[in-house]
Amino acid sequence: MQPVNTIEEQAIAPTIAPAIAVEAVELTKRFGDTVAVDHVSFQIAAGEVVGLLGPNGAGKTTILQMLLGTLLPTSGHIRILGLDLARHREAILHQVNFSSTYVSMPTSLTVRENLMVFARLYGLARPKERVEAVMKLFELEALRSASGRALSTGQLTRVCLAKAFLNDPRVLFLDEPTASLDPDIADKTRRLLRETRDHNGTTILYTSHNMQEMEELCDRIIFLHKGRIIAMDTPKAVLAKYGQANLEELFLLVARQGVT
Amino acid sequence: MKWYRVWAIFTRHFYLYKRSPARWMAIFYWPLIDLFVWGFITIYLQQYLSSFVMAFLGALILWDILFRSQQGISITFLEEVWSRNLLNLFVAPLRPIEFLTASMLMGFFMVTVSTLASALLAWLFYSFNLLTLGLSLLPFILNLVAMGWAIGVVTTAIILRYGQKAEVLAWGLTFFFQPISAVFYPVEVLPAWLQPVARAVPATHVFQGMRQVMRDGTFPLGELLAATALNGIYLAVAFAFFYWIFGQVKELGLLMKVGE
Repeated sequence: MQPVNTIEEQAIAPTIAPAIAVEAVELTKRFGDTVAVDHVSFQIAAGEVVGLLGPNGAGKTTILQMLLGTLLPTSGHIRILGLDLARHREAILHQVNFSSTYVSMPTSLTVRENLMVFARLYGLARPKERVEAVMKLFELEALRSASGRALSTGQLTRVCLAKAFLNDPRVLFLDEPTASLDPDIADKTRRLLRETRDHNGTTILYTSHNMQEMEELCDRIIFLHKGRIIAMDTPKAVLAKYGQANLEELFLLVARQGVT
Repeated sequence: MKWYRVWAIFTRHFYLYKRSPARWMAIFYWPLIDLFVWGFITIYLQQYLSSFVMAFLGALILWDILFRSQQGISITFLEEVWSRNLLNLFVAPLRPIEFLTASMLMGFFMVTVSTLASALLAWLFYSFNLLTLGLSLLPFILNLVAMGWAIGVVTTAIILRYGQKAEVLAWGLTFFFQPISAVFYPVEVLPAWLQPVARAVPATHVFQGMRQVMRDGTFPLGELLAATALNGIYLAVAFAFFYWIFGQVKELGLLMKVGE
């Protein structure tokens, strides 16, 4: 993939790529008496693919929201690409992107129009060329003039993923990106994520309830339970620690028996 | 503030109008229905009252400017809520002020189109020339647009905080000001205790000014200055309110939930 120059990229990019792409220190979020995230600390190296997993209510989405700066932590701090998120959110967001099954795009716009809006929003230097490139990447060329209403859920998910690749992000946050994709496109998406990491050194933080996918794709996993990290290591090491054959079994063990 | 991001949001909403007859209808329908109903009532009344009842037509067109301006902002925001796109926008490097500016421009666009249509039809059907009010009309129109912006920004903030259950405000909040804005009758008609309240509304000075121009042909500088000063205060309060609410929304993590 060709590097994408945004209008402001030169001004905001750190001169040396930091070895740690994402760092959360003692991150805590309380909603009244409820502690959604409880003193969570982790580091993600540049170019690493890390899976965030845990049962519903474990704190995955809360952590993702805090990493994107759409939710303020009660305490703790976040550094992304060597910059403090609280002070440099705009500069960071130029180099980050996000896609979620639970967030959509305006269905009254065509695929191309939607992507053009975001290409302009990220201030890409050659928006038309970049939109063509990501449409090709996600096999959306034939759908360029289709309105969102005419797309299947899976096709709309591909448009959202294409949006997430528009600015050639150095850090990519993906919230269950393959949940509504058929096995073929889901497999292509995983391959694309691996290639993106290998060629561009993109750092990826990934949530999914597809445990096989997590084992296959992630260099490391962060296992959350009730707002705390209960395990953080390679999938193999985590499985060895709990004596389980696969992440599916480990997930059930944690969710049903509350093993920590 | 980056204008390319303002342009991105503006074009995102302009795309909607490119091939949506329903949206064009929304711009034209109510102003034209009002214009016909009140226009013919005015013709009827003109037989019995002096010609200044034509002020009704002027008031009607000017009131619609205020309403369309507010709607432009509120509907632009609601479009993002309805399409579950809000999070995509705010995880991009988009500042709230840029989003609001694009919404205000969209409001201005809607006002321009609908006012031109109304003014043309008023001239064709009733020989009422809005331009007879002179060039002094322009700053008064801008004041109505500004007040519409202020109400639109407050409406947007409330919907952002309380979700779609507050959507009714997008359609009705401007009308809360109608009885005390001296739209169809002079402020002196109101009870004495209500008159100071009415004079604290920028639109009141616009409509009082319009009547002054039609009555004695003098330029209502005092009314213009009062409207402009009040709008300065209204806009400052509206933006401060929006930023205060936006802080709460980030504290509570509502950006992801606002469309639910």
